[in-house]
Amino acid sequence: MKYYDKLIFELSRKGRTAFSLPECNTELPASTLWRATPLNLPEVSEPDVVRHYTNLSQMNFGVDTGFYPLGSCTMKYNPKINEEIVSQFNSLHPLQPEETVKGVKAVYDFMDKALAEITGMKHFTFLPCAGAHGELTGLMLMREYHFSRGDMARTKVIVPDSAHGTNPASAAVCGLDIVVVKSKENGLVDVEDLKPLLGPDIAGIMMTNPNTLGLFERDIKEIAELVHECGGLLYYDGANMNPLLGVVRPGDMGFDIMHLNLHKTFSTPHGGGGPGSGPVGVAEKLVPFLNIPKVSGFHGNFGIILRACAYILALGRENVKMAGPLATLSANYIKESLKDCYRLPIAAVCKHEFVFDGLAEPNGVSTLDVAKRLLDYGFHAPTIYFPLLFHQAIMIEPTETESLETLDAFIEVMRAIAREAAEDPELLHSAPHNTPIGRPDETMAARQPVLKY
Amino acid sequence: MSKVIEGLLYSESHEWVKVEDGVAVIGVSDYAQAEMGDITYVDLPSEGDEVTAGEEFGALESVKASSELYSPVSGEVVAVNEELEAAPERVNEDAYGAWIIKVRMSDESELEALMDATAYSAIAK
Amino acid sequence: MLRRIGVKSLDDLYSDVPVEFIHKGEYDLPEAKSEEEVRAWFKDFASRNTELTVFAGAGAYDHYTPSVIPYITSRSEFLTAYTPYQCEISQGTLRYIFEWQSMICRLTGLDVANASMYDGPTAAAEAMRMCVACTRKRNTVVASSALLPNVLDTLRTYARYSGINLVETWEVQEAVAEGTLDLAGVIVPSIDKYGFIESHLGLAGLVHEMGGLLVEYCDPSALAVVKTPAEWGADIAVGDGQSLGIPLCYGGPYVGFMACRNEWMRKLPGRIVGQTADAEGRRAFVLTLQAREQHIRREKATSNICSNESLMALWCTVYLSLMGPEGMRRLNGICYSNAHYLHDQLLATGKFRDPFEGREFLKEFALQPLCDVRKLQQALLEAGFFGALETEEGYVTFCVTERRTREEIDSLVKVVKEAAL
Repeated sequence: MKYYDKLIFELSRKGRTAFSLPECNTELPASTLWRATPLNLPEVSEPDVVRHYTNLSQMNFGVDTGFYPLGSCTMKYNPKINEEIVSQFNSLHPLQPEETVKGVKAVYDFMDKALAEITGMKHFTFLPCAGAHGELTGLMLMREYHFSRGDMARTKVIVPDSAHGTNPASAAVCGLDIVVVKSKENGLVDVEDLKPLLGPDIAGIMMTNPNTLGLFERDIKEIAELVHECGGLLYYDGANMNPLLGVVRPGDMGFDIMHLNLHKTFSTPHGGGGPGSGPVGVAEKLVPFLNIPKVSGFHGNFGIILRACAYILALGRENVKMAGPLATLSANYIKESLKDCYRLPIAAVCKHEFVFDGLAEPNGVSTLDVAKRLLDYGFHAPTIYFPLLFHQAIMIEPTETESLETLDAFIEVMRAIAREAAEDPELLHSAPHNTPIGRPDETMAARQPVLKY
Repeated sequence: MSKVIEGLLYSESHEWVKVEDGVAVIGVSDYAQAEMGDITYVDLPSEGDEVTAGEEFGALESVKASSELYSPVSGEVVAVNEELEAAPERVNEDAYGAWIIKVRMSDESELEALMDATAYSAIAK
Repeated sequence: MLRRIGVKSLDDLYSDVPVEFIHKGEYDLPEAKSEEEVRAWFKDFASRNTELTVFAGAGAYDHYTPSVIPYITSRSEFLTAYTPYQCEISQGTLRYIFEWQSMICRLTGLDVANASMYDGPTAAAEAMRMCVACTRKRNTVVASSALLPNVLDTLRTYARYSGINLVETWEVQEAVAEGTLDLAGVIVPSIDKYGFIESHLGLAGLVHEMGGLLVEYCDPSALAVVKTPAEWGADIAVGDGQSLGIPLCYGGPYVGFMACRNEWMRKLPGRIVGQTADAEGRRAFVLTLQAREQHIRREKATSNICSNESLMALWCTVYLSLMGPEGMRRLNGICYSNAHYLHDQLLATGKFRDPFEGREFLKEFALQPLCDVRKLQQALLEAGFFGALETEEGYVTFCVTERRTREEIDSLVKVVKEAAL
């Protein structure tokens, strides 16, 4: 990657244009409604624009560049056929009458059926634009269910201490208070700690299964019974759906509401932070409420839903059963190959991801140092410092689309870094060295924010 | 070992209190600022706000974390250290000099629940 | 691999899963399709849709997409990249987001913008929540009934569960002036749902006097010529970047934007990119002010937003770079000219009345139909046009962008003239 330090504003030269519009002599009539402040946008030519953004892209790492073992992100390969089929739907206005968009309806119907089949839920809403958005929508549905039964007392939701930050944040946005349930030494939700928390003020519980440590919550049957008994509902955070793809259905485990991350489990590209899609599925008893929350402007991110649809078609009945197991196989393989040089706090068979708690022999080298050094070797770092249960957490999720050679190369590099930590820790403290920039001063960025040009 | 100053009272959540004429001057201990790392922002209440002993009145933010501030006493906020808006690092530089809020106490007996320097030293290692 | 793990088969990797949960048998999904089969499948589905010449707006606008944009946004390094948490290998993403933030500030006139929201309506909902967060103890937000219906629907949804008292009214200034509300904020449109440009003279002063924040919902494309939120004295501006060359695509993905004055910076939701330097003094960009966000603040975060619409922000940034100030001005000029031409031609057919005489509009307008709306819409559809959207109050709206040619407009007018309505 080459360091390219221009911003588009710095390429601006008076009078340069790149737009393509017919001549227009229309003078807007005088009015106090028009803008008085001059509009200051870059004046550049088309080649300027193309070169600039092409050079910017070359300072970026993507799944197409290399391996991204990011736990909880499921950075699997993004098939290009998914991209190809989208543009034939580009010209459809979202408010066009139904009879003119029968093909669109057919896509939504197919996806509703396919996702229901894969998850064991009855029907889906496709309005949410991301996982956190789906969580919020799911919690809204949970509340609607209780409201419909005249039950206004259920203002709390239970969240495990290992939960992703979006869980409590979504609950707060939905007007619910959080009650935290603790995890045991083995990383699983402590059922004994859960029992006293249950009562008539509990709307439900949000769970990730496998959890953020990559461990299957094997007490889920008992948890489901207990929560249902107290009148609450079970919400499934689908961020960790990948290892269950083709193996287990959340609906069969007793979950009432769930979201999926199409940009994780269903291969749609991450785009540098979106667009994604977070469809929410519900069990039969919640279907009447599905269309109540209007959480986005039109019909959800249809372009993303199309891509996921292509993925499901290409994967098909035969291959869907391999997705989860291969992801799980890859994760366990890396775990077993590195547990001698990295601290493995929970030595159980994991699912699609697992957590190391720093180096076995840190020698003053932190997880951040390890992550930054990995960048030098051409890998993206794993998820670091999450979950909060382990202070030097390194969460690794390889997904099922990586070859054995890639996994072995990653293992070799992680071993090399462990050796470097013992022999030359300073090299790691000052990493990365081979990237366009080195570690930035984040304190200055937060104390003296410069947020625009 | 973090610095602990005699003559101040301390809460379990690492705030310190200096009493001046019925007004509690409140800040965070040296231990707290060291735990946070480089402080990038102090989320302050406004003058006139009511605070309650044991409840949040603001927060400290660093690059990667945020930590709530809990009021050791109840009462009305009579002053807020506005210098911290532009220079939050003052808390790192001088935890005991960089006061955060001043509260006119509604119930001075709440001070009895706080620790003295010796007792606090035991938990602020 | 199995040997290294110490298990005999893939099934053993799921031995901790209760046996009754393991799905038996096949999933009822179609058989795996080859690329050619996938292509054929979608071609078939696309053929069941009708592409129409779009004369409608209502929150989704048919502006032209410069040919350059998809080539840049489909570059793998942008498309398949993750959120730029590891900034040393994500300077591409971080820099275009910084450019987007800068351009949104220039369009709105405000000081700080975030890295994007899901869409305009959810950005408005987040602004509603932000008003409550900024004014601490206050809980009422007044929303103008002149906002687009889908914006109001989303506001209502978010307000419902968070207990915010959302007051909808056509008489915003009156509602605020009454002084009885614990006013956190007021949300008004820059251009109303019919397409007419609103005047907010005196509103900001009044809202601030009553202790609230002023939020403006805007069309960023129109902001090139229309009075900005900053010029009206607004505290927060939100809207949807779809009008910046993003294809209609049946409603998404689009992109929400949010900008605010400096004093509210710490309460702005979403990701924000900031400039700094590395140890060698090289200019570097990072995600900053993260302590506002869900992964740190959890339930105390301003918002739960995590993934946003980053790639669509790139789309808009490239668009604005290509268009420049002159292109944006000319585009709005063409829209103005086209829309006024259609407006006058439709009136001349005698099948409409203009109850909005004197109101200024850019590309979208409303008329009172003097004919059967159902038949009008049907006639247009049969001729391949999509327009004459009916509003709640019984008006019809038309939108004419720079994509519509004189021939297309004349053709539509001919259909209206000749149809038995």
